[in-house]
Parts: sequence; structure tokens; C-alpha cells
Amino acid sequence: MRRILILGTGTGGTPVANRLRRALAPDDASIVCVDRDDDHLYQPGLLYVPFGRRTLPSLTRSRRAQLHHGVDFVLGEVDAVDLEGRAVRLADGTSLDYDYLVVAAGASLAPDETEGLTGPGWMERVFTFYSAEGAAALADAFAAFNGGRLVVAVLDTLIKCPVAPLEFTFLAEDALRRRGVRDHVEITYVTPLDGAFTQPIASARLGGLLAERGVELVSSFPTASVDGAAGRIESYDGRRVAFDLAVVVPAHDGPGFVTRSPGLGDALGFIPVDESTLQLPGHPEVFALGDATGLSTSKAGSVAHFESEVVVENLVATFDGRPPLARFDGHTNCFLELGHGEALLIDFNRDVEPLPGHYPGPVGLPLLAPSRLDHLGKLAFESLYWHALLPGHSIPGVASPMPTRGKRLSMLRHPAYAGGPT
Amino acid sequence: MTTSTLAGVAVERDAEGFLADPSLWSEAMATEIAREEGVELTPRHWEVVRFMRHAYETTGAGPNVRLLAKTSGVSVRELYALFPRGPAKTAAKIAGIPKPHGCI
Repeated sequence: MRRILILGTGTGGTPVANRLRRALAPDDASIVCVDRDDDHLYQPGLLYVPFGRRTLPSLTRSRRAQLHHGVDFVLGEVDAVDLEGRAVRLADGTSLDYDYLVVAAGASLAPDETEGLTGPGWMERVFTFYSAEGAAALADAFAAFNGGRLVVAVLDTLIKCPVAPLEFTFLAEDALRRRGVRDHVEITYVTPLDGAFTQPIASARLGGLLAERGVELVSSFPTASVDGAAGRIESYDGRRVAFDLAVVVPAHDGPGFVTRSPGLGDALGFIPVDESTLQLPGHPEVFALGDATGLSTSKAGSVAHFESEVVVENLVATFDGRPPLARFDGHTNCFLELGHGEALLIDFNRDVEPLPGHYPGPVGLPLLAPSRLDHLGKLAFESLYWHALLPGHSIPGVASPMPTRGKRLSMLRHPAYAGGPT
Repeated sequence: MTTSTLAGVAVERDAEGFLADPSLWSEAMATEIAREEGVELTPRHWEVVRFMRHAYETTGAGPNVRLLAKTSGVSVRELYALFPRGPAKTAAKIAGIPKPHGCI
């Protein structure tokens, strides 16, 4: 009997555990999951909390209850991984041996990395909706905000769900307009990127939508400090943006235990697995997926979901003594809320940037265009998350390799496009 | 990809100016690339450039700015003072290595 240890039971770890349980006989493999609490939060839902559209309890379910019968759940804080000894030490001193290890422990917020951010004004006029507490606290502040300067600021490039701050901006603009105070509010979107988004075609379209909604875009702004008392943020090159209410996305680190585990990851705690097989170089028995990896792929739920299929296939192959042949292509799929009852869907991978068209094929949801259907798709996804994604069932049309059918691939030859698939 | 001559050697570079083949890099090329970026290399710049080069040779990738600060001991603020147009990206380009993940 061999043991598979899975650290983290979120969007990545849960489907890996459930799919592995179906793939491997209980007599051959035991599957043990470790997490620090029993609260599985539907993270995409945090976006709606500041607007009073969702509450935290409605977004949270038991982690243990999402795991199939035959998967063991251990409540505990991971202290460190001993790669050579193939064991994981927990904070209470327990040691868990493994034959295969899957790290799916996510990313953590590092607000202390930005000078002044957690000083005066933090959680009073400077908030983040990237944590449960932050989103709830922001709900009260946003409800009382009827005039002044609202600044949405992205403080680093390596963040979870890079579209979420744009979504927040669009939803805030819509909410203020409905409240009848839009004319009394200046909205500014501040980003270290050179445009609204990373990739040229999507960046141009999203930048256009911000302009349509009267949102000022301040780009190429690497934030050095946030001064909550004075109400301003400052860049490393000395530029300043003033605010009355700031909503920020702090820098992220990998799981804390990674930096205490020699050989597992980098100094920020991210794990440099192979971008295709998702195995740790030199340790074919160790896999990582989701926000904890050091991959160039976006840190998004869809990525963890698509990676889970690759991890399961390659782990089972390794388990059976076969070569790991599944390859992750960097497939990412995001619904972006735009307010006004519309959303916009983007779908891309390492080689193909977000393009217009339809997903998952010529007949499907519109891509890269405001659409009522995409908004309904985003809302409907929550049910699929709990009832299909986490249990590890296949969702028709939604699979790990990125579909090219339905996409306007000819746009990759557009003059605006500098790179191109290799 | 375009071909250009750096320190007397013909090299391929991508649209942003990163070397296609890091093994062709030399310190003389670094000085020329830095000049293109508007950076005159001081000993402190060289420390960062050599650190980037070493990180790439040992881990296969250059660090992003926060990882660079954490591992090199040069603060993010000083890194921006040395390379105002984006420290990790500029230092990686000068060091002849690929653009680090999470760089703009």
C-alpha cells in the first residue's frame, strides 16, 4: 500500500484527491489530505461581498464534505516538507510519510511587503477584497462611500486572478451609478502593467471598456508605498495618486512552509515545477498545481482545475511505472464581470493570447465581448464548481487542453500583436 | 527575432531585445545592452547583473523583482533606483537571460 499525500484542499487539491480515489484501488493507495481548517471558500465569490450581493457563510462549505469516501482528511498546519526523507512534518509534531506528494496549498497575501500598507488607515480607508475579512470590511466602507476619489490599485504582477481588480472596478462603477452618486466619484485604476491587462488584444479591449465607463487608467505604476493617513500611493519613480477610498491587491507569497522546506521552492515560497508535467525537477514523486506553483501561467481557479487533470494522469502513470505523458498547455479561462448585467469571457494558453470568437467551439459563449450570456455563465459556474469541478467530474466542453475551434486565430497576425505562437 | 551585432558578435534578439541564446552572452555585450537601456553600469549594477546571471544558471530562470530583492539583499527601492525602467526585466536583459516570470 502506497500513500499519496495532498497538501491543500482547495480548487486544485480537492479534484486531484477525488479523481485519484476513483483511479486507484483502495488496496493499492491511501490518499491523505491535509489542510489547516475545514472551511472551503468559493474564492470567486469574494468579488460580490463588497457590494452586499453575497455573504461569507453563503460562499463557504466544509472541506471534508467535498472529499470522496476513502479520502482521509487531516486537520493541521504544515511545518515543512522533507523531500529526501519523503515526509511532511506538521506544526503539532506529527510526521506523515508519503510515496507521492501533491502540493496544492495556494498563495498567501503579503500586505507587509508594501511600505505603509498595513499602517494607519488599513481596513479603514485602505482595503483588499482578496481576503474574507477584507471583503467583509470593505462592504461597510463601500456602502457609505458616496463621493470622492476611489482608487483600485494592483500592487504586484504575480497575483491571483489578475482580472479580479478590473471586475471590482466595473462592478463598483455600476453600483455607484445605480446609487445615483457616480457623478460625485472619480475612479482611477492603477497597475504596474503597461495597460489594463497583460496581453495586447485583451488589454486594448479592456482599456477601452475602462475609458467608456469614465475610469482613469494609470499604468506602468510600480507601487512603492501606500499612505493611508495622507490618502495617497506613491510609485518607485516618485509619481503619486491621491485617494479617499483605496482598494488594493497586495503582493502574494507561496505557502509559508515552502520556504522552510529545502529544495521545494524559491525564497517567496513558489514551487518551480515543470510547466508541462507539473513534477518537481529531480523529484518525479512530487507534484504541485494551482497558485502555489512558480509557473508563468496566471494564478486562477481555472488553471488549478485544468492542472488537476494533468497531475492525476501523470501521478497515476508514475504510480504504475509508466512515463508521465500528460502535458499542461497553460490553459486559462476567466469570466470577467463588467456590471450592467454583462460579463466578458477570455480563454487562452501559453501560446495563444485571449482572442475574440466563441468558447468552447463555434457555437458557444462569446469571447472577449460584453455579453449577457457570459454574465449568466459566470453565475451558473458556482453550482458547477461544487457539483462537478470539486468532485472531479468532467464538465462537457471544459477540459485541460485549450480549444482553438471557435477562436479568431487570424488575429494573431494583427499588427498590434508583437509576439506570436512558437 | 532580429539579428544584431553586439560586441562584435552577431546575435538573435526578440522583439523586446532579449537574447535568444543566453550562452552567447559576454560582459562586453552587457555594457552595450545597458547603454541601449539608458543605464551606465556601476559596480552596484554589476552585482545585480551577475546575480541575475548566476540565478539563471543555477535555477533556469531569472527572479522577478521581489524575489531578486529577497535573495540578493538589494532592496526593491534601490533596485528601482539602479534600473528605473523595471529592475528584473532590465537586469535580465543586460545579463543576457530570458525575461523573468511576472515581469511586465
